[in-house]
Amino acid sequence: MSAAWRILHKDLVLELRTREALSGLIVLMLLILLTFTFAMDPEGAGEAAPAVQWVTFVFAGLMAIQRAFLLERENGAWYGLLLCPIDRGAIFVAKMASNVIVLGLAQLVLVALLALLLGAPALAAPAAVLLVNFLGLIGFAALATLFAAISVRLRAREMMLPLLVLPLLVPLVICAVEASRVVMNGGSLASAGAWLRVLATFDVIFSVAGWMIFEQLVQE
Amino acid sequence: MSGAAVIAAADVSKAFGRSVVLRDVTLRIGVGEAVAVFGPNGAGKSTMLRLFAGLMAPSGGRLRTFGVAGPDATVRRRIGLVAHQSFLYPDLTARENLLFYARMFDLPDAVERVRLWLDRVALAEAGARPVRLFSRGMEQRLALARALIHDPALVLLDEPWTGLDAASADWLAERLCELRDRGRTVVVATHDFERGLGVATRALIVHRGRVAWDGGLPTVATLEEAYRRITEAAAA
Repeated sequence: MSAAWRILHKDLVLELRTREALSGLIVLMLLILLTFTFAMDPEGAGEAAPAVQWVTFVFAGLMAIQRAFLLERENGAWYGLLLCPIDRGAIFVAKMASNVIVLGLAQLVLVALLALLLGAPALAAPAAVLLVNFLGLIGFAALATLFAAISVRLRAREMMLPLLVLPLLVPLVICAVEASRVVMNGGSLASAGAWLRVLATFDVIFSVAGWMIFEQLVQE
Repeated sequence: MSGAAVIAAADVSKAFGRSVVLRDVTLRIGVGEAVAVFGPNGAGKSTMLRLFAGLMAPSGGRLRTFGVAGPDATVRRRIGLVAHQSFLYPDLTARENLLFYARMFDLPDAVERVRLWLDRVALAEAGARPVRLFSRGMEQRLALARALIHDPALVLLDEPWTGLDAASADWLAERLCELRDRGRTVVVATHDFERGLGVATRALIVHRGRVAWDGGLPTVATLEEAYRRITEAAAA
């Protein structure tokens, strides 16, 4: 795990130095959210907030998630990483962790904006909302990181990543929206239990699968 | 050829989709050999080096590096590659770049080695500057330090003299001769006959994905003649 930590540390230093991923992600989320705000009937906006949140998160997140691999492409640093005597699964772990951190911070801003712009009761049960968001975030980051590693080598990568990932994200988005709806409307975590279990299963499957198949994935 | 095989390739081929880049390459490179690989653009030199480095798997044939097929972490620890690209992070400083790679190789004395290598490649004073601000020559010197910081037994270099001024190119040739004299196995792909032969103990010509000539250490004139004959025959 020390290799994963070193890669993650390097990625975070680069992000702190350039602030390219986080600032772009937050601006994009704000723009998508504003579009929804102007497009929707204000009376039904609060009810639609969970769906708006996850659609915004997924589309903005897909734009940002390739950054973790694109920064390895400049000067071919990706090959430098592959030449290191490490378990290549550590690269996946580090990239996923860096995406979780950047997307997690953006997600906190998104939830606050939801409450502000749509009047969503996102802060009514903060711990429950946080848990749902965390589970959705892990699953999204695992799957999108895995496919970003594949698509970053393709010429039409900006187009290919959503095409590859969105169909697979459907179960995660449905569960995240439904679980968010329950907890934002004051329901207990137990009443969102079924959705949360599916989310947790999704997280485990794609996190472990990503780590296990990454070695084969990066071999040209 | 001397000693045990560092690289043993038998009928190795590499294809990208329908495009076959290397065909039936059979080659043995022994410990301590310094091999210069010549060939026109698109001949397959870079692909050959990437295969040797374990960055890609052959499409056919058998390739062993240090006796291992499909280099694992243990073998990768013994390989240093200088490619067209520097593998450096432009927004990290020279020191941070070397320290990152030193730690990825688990070098026990990482900080000291980084200091030593920055001195060795004459970048001690530029160590705190981001690589983005480096000239091509400075970046190439740092790339060499990055590839050698873990003291690899096999050093692969892909057109290392490209874009360097005469002084930097001479400096690089001297470093490669030092590596050769220290018994490291060196494989350098280049278009520069004089510099390549100045470093090498053996020369190869690769053309259209095949090893077209493998003839010990020729003179520049002999190599030029062989090179012209191979490329003109193919063109005809």
